Amino acid sequence: MDDLLQEFIAETRETLEALAGEIIAWEASPDDRARLDAIFRFVHTVKGSCGFLDLPRLERLSHAAEDVLALVRSGERTPDRALVNAVLGIVDRIGEIVEAIDAGTALDDTGEDLLIAALAGGSADAPLQQQPAHVQRAPARSVRLSVDLLDRMMSGMSDMVLARNELARRLRGGDVDPAIEAALERMSATVADMRDTVTRTRMQKIDALFSALPRVVRDTAAGLGKQVALRIEGAEVELDREMIEVMRDPLVHIIRNAIDHGIEAPAERRLLGKPECGRLTVSASQAGNQIVLEIIDDGRGIDIERVIAKLVAAGEDERRLRGLPEAEKLALIFEPGLSTKDSVSSVSGRGVGMDVVRACVDQIGGRIDLDNLPGRGLRIGIHVPLTLSIISTIVVSVGEQCFAAPRMVIEEILSARSQAIRIDRVGGTQVATIRDRRMPIVDLGVMLGLRTPEAAREPEMLAVIGLGAVTYALAVDAVLDTEELVIKPSAPAVMRAGVYAGQTLPDSGRPMLLLDCAGLATAAGLRFHRETSEPHDAHAEAEREGLPVLMFRDLDGVRRAVPLAILDRIEQATPEAVQMTAGRLRLAIDGQLLPLASAGSIPEDRGFAVLRLRDGASEIGYAIAEAADIVTIGDAIEPAAQPGSVAGVVLVGDEPVELIDAFWLFAEHGAAAPAAEQPLCLLDADAGGWLQTFLAPLLRGAGYRVATSLRAGEVPGIVVALDAAGATAMPADVPILRLSSDAAAPDGVYRYDRERVLAAVGSAMRRTGSR
Amino acid sequence: MPDLYLIAHVAGRAVAIESAAVESVVDIGDITPVPRAPATVRGLATLRSRVVTVIDTQVALGGNAEAKARRAVVTQVDGHHYAFLVDTLDDIAAFDLQPLAAGVALDGAWSEAGRGIVDRDGEPVLVIDLTALVPALTAA
Repeated sequence: MDDLLQEFIAETRETLEALAGEIIAWEASPDDRARLDAIFRFVHTVKGSCGFLDLPRLERLSHAAEDVLALVRSGERTPDRALVNAVLGIVDRIGEIVEAIDAGTALDDTGEDLLIAALAGGSADAPLQQQPAHVQRAPARSVRLSVDLLDRMMSGMSDMVLARNELARRLRGGDVDPAIEAALERMSATVADMRDTVTRTRMQKIDALFSALPRVVRDTAAGLGKQVALRIEGAEVELDREMIEVMRDPLVHIIRNAIDHGIEAPAERRLLGKPECGRLTVSASQAGNQIVLEIIDDGRGIDIERVIAKLVAAGEDERRLRGLPEAEKLALIFEPGLSTKDSVSSVSGRGVGMDVVRACVDQIGGRIDLDNLPGRGLRIGIHVPLTLSIISTIVVSVGEQCFAAPRMVIEEILSARSQAIRIDRVGGTQVATIRDRRMPIVDLGVMLGLRTPEAAREPEMLAVIGLGAVTYALAVDAVLDTEELVIKPSAPAVMRAGVYAGQTLPDSGRPMLLLDCAGLATAAGLRFHRETSEPHDAHAEAEREGLPVLMFRDLDGVRRAVPLAILDRIEQATPEAVQMTAGRLRLAIDGQLLPLASAGSIPEDRGFAVLRLRDGASEIGYAIAEAADIVTIGDAIEPAAQPGSVAGVVLVGDEPVELIDAFWLFAEHGAAAPAAEQPLCLLDADAGGWLQTFLAPLLRGAGYRVATSLRAGEVPGIVVALDAAGATAMPADVPILRLSSDAAAPDGVYRYDRERVLAAVGSAMRRTGSR
Repeated sequence: MPDLYLIAHVAGRAVAIESAAVESVVDIGDITPVPRAPATVRGLATLRSRVVTVIDTQVALGGNAEAKARRAVVTQVDGHHYAFLVDTLDDIAAFDLQPLAAGVALDGAWSEAGRGIVDRDGEPVLVIDLTALVPALTAA
C-alpha cells in the first residue's frame, strides 16, 4: 500500500504542476472547454485514487469539485467567478493535503467545509482565498525517470559488460602485469554490481500489479451481486516496470470480464451444482524466458455460439465464422466492439474490449492463449516476454557449436549413461525415463539440422527442461559452463527460426544463440494438454484446494463421482457395442475397443452412458446410468476400507458420494491385456500380402492377436480371408470372414470399410467366446 | 546535389550503395551459423564487442551461397546491425541518382532492392537498398 500511496503522491504532484498553468488560464476565461476538461480529469482521477487508497478527506473534496464541474460541463451551471474560485480553492487544498501526507504532518481541516459550501454557489462572495501556511515539502527520496533513460542505462550497461569481456579476453592471451589483472578484477566486480543494480531499476515485483486486484474484485462482484473468492499466486515474481504499467488496465479488464461475464450469479451457480462463491485465480509464474500471467475462473466459459451470433448481428459473414477452427472461434472474442453480455451492466460497457487487451499484450510482444471449458470456466494465459536482458544461462554444445539455454527452465542435467536413466525408442522417437518420469527426448543437433536423425548417436547429456505443462529432455553433446550473459534480441530473420530467444557475446568472443526452450518443444512437435494431468496429481490437488468431480448415478444405483481431470468425455453407447472378449468387457467405439469397467451389469435392452477416462496414456470406458453434475469436493475424503474401485466417500451436500479410485481403475483395466489372453485372428495367406500389411495393424490396435499360422494347440477366434483365396487350412468350427476387394460386391464386407470389418470380427469373436 | 555511393561487387555485378546507410565496411571473421534460419542469414559475427547478423547478399538477391566473401558492409535496420557480404568493394564516389531507364525490368529480388541508376564513367550501376534485402522485413 505504501508503494501505491507514494505513486499517488508523485502522480498528483506532477499533475498539479502541469495543471498550474491550466488553472490560471481557466480563471482568465472560464468558458474554455479544454481547460475545464483538464481540471475535471484531475479531480476525477484524484477521486478515484482516494477511494482506493482510503483517503476520505481528499475524496470528499475531489468529489464535491467533480460534481460541480460535471454540472458545468453539461451546461447546467455557468462558470462564474465564484465557482472558479471555489474550484481553485479545492485544487489548492488537494495539493496541500498531498504534501502533508507525504511529509507525514497533520493538516488542519477546518476550512474544508467552507470550501465545499462555496461550490454550491448562490453566495456571491467567494470565501477568502487564504494563503495557507506553507507546508514543508518532505525531501523526496524517489525520483521518476523516463523509461527511455532506463533503457539507455541498461544498454550502456550491456555494452560495458561486453567491453569488459573483450578486455578480459585480450589480456588472457599474453603475459600480463599482475597489477593490471588486479585492476581488471576490481572492474569486473564493480561492473557485476552495477549490472545487478541497473537491472533492478527496471524490475518490480508483480505484486505492484496484483495488490490492487482484491479491491477490484470486491467492488466489481459487489456491484453485480456476485460472490467471488480471489486467489493470488506468484506475487513475488518480478517483471519489467514498463510491462507492469502496460498490463495494469488489461488485467483489470479481464478480471472485470471474468466476474461480469464468466462467473454466474449465486442462485444460478447453486442450480449448476457449483459453490455459490465463484473462484477466480490470478497467478504469475516464470516459465523460461517468459512470465505467464494466468487468470482462471470457474464460471460459464465463453459461449462461442453467442459470440458468433453477436458478430453476425454486427454484419460478419456467418459461414466464414462457423468454418473457423475451434481455436480461432475462441479468438473471436478479441474482435473489436464485442460484448457477449446482452445487457450492459455497471461494469461492462466501458468501451474497453478484449481487442484492447490484446493490443496491449501485442505491444509488449506477448501473446494470449485461451482455454475454454464451456460451463466450467475459462483460463486466460498471458505470456509476456522477460525483458530482463542479463540472464543466467547454461552453455551446451552440439558438435562444434555452443548454445546458451536459460538456466531457469533447466530442472536438472544428467549424463545419459547415468543409472537413473533409461532410454527407449518408441516408434520414431526416443523417450527417456528418469526416476519414473517419462519424457520425450529432443535431440538438439537433429532439431537444428546439425546432424541427420540417422546420424544421431546415443545422447551424451540430457538437460531436463521444465516449462510448466511441458517437460522434455534436451539431448546435447556436452554441458560446458554456466554463465551470466547479456542477451540481446536477435534480428527478426533469426527470431523467425522459432527456436531462439536472443543472442549474446560470451567471453569467447564468438556470438552465441540463446535457445528458446518452449520454441524448441513446439518445433519438435511436442504437444501437451492441460487435461492430461495424471489421476494422482488430481488427488494431490484435492488436498490443496478441492477437487472438481463429475457426479453420476452408477449402474447399481449408487451415486459416485470421478475426478474431472481424467474425464475425457461422456458418450452414449448401445448394448450391441459391448463385447465380452478375453474375459473382459470391451466397448467398440470410434473404431477401437475400449476396456469397459462397470459397477453393475450392463443393461441389455437399452442404451447407457459411458465415461471415457484417460490417464494420458491409455483410455478406458466406465459404464454408468446417467451423469449428474459437476461439483468441487473438499479434502474430507473418508478413505475406503480396502483398495478397490472406490477410493473413499465424500459428502456432497448431505449425501454421501463414493469417489472412484482412478488409480485402481487404470491399474485394473487400463493396462493392455497379456498377449496370450487376446483373442486370436488367423489371417489367410493372400497374394499381395494385403491382410498382413493393411489389416493386421488395425486388428492389433483393436486388441486382437494376429497370426498367419497356428502354433500347436492354438485355436483362432476367427479366420480372415481376402476374396476367394483360401490356401490356409481352415480349422473346423471357426467362423471365416471373407473381405471383398470390390466395394460393390453384393455380399461380404468391403475390405476398407473399417467399421464393418471391426464389427464383423467383433461379433464373430463374441460367438466363439474367449479362446 | 550528388550523394556519396559505395561501389561494390555482388554476384559478379557492380552495385551502388548509398553511403548514408552504411555504418562501416569491415572484414568479417568467424561466422557462427544460425541453424533453421533462412538461407539469407549466413550467421552471426562479432564486430567490436557487438553481434551483427551476417547476410549473404548474393542469396538475398536470389543467387547461390557465396562461401568466400569476407568483406561486408554494415548497416543498421530497426535497431539491429546487419553485415552484408560483398565480393569486393571498389570505390566511394559522388553520383547523381537517376531513375531506372524506362523498360529496364529487373528480375526477382533485384527489383525489390533496386532504387535507381548511377552513371559511373559511362557504365550504369544499379543502386540497391540494403534494407530491402533484410529477410523477415521483406517477407512481412
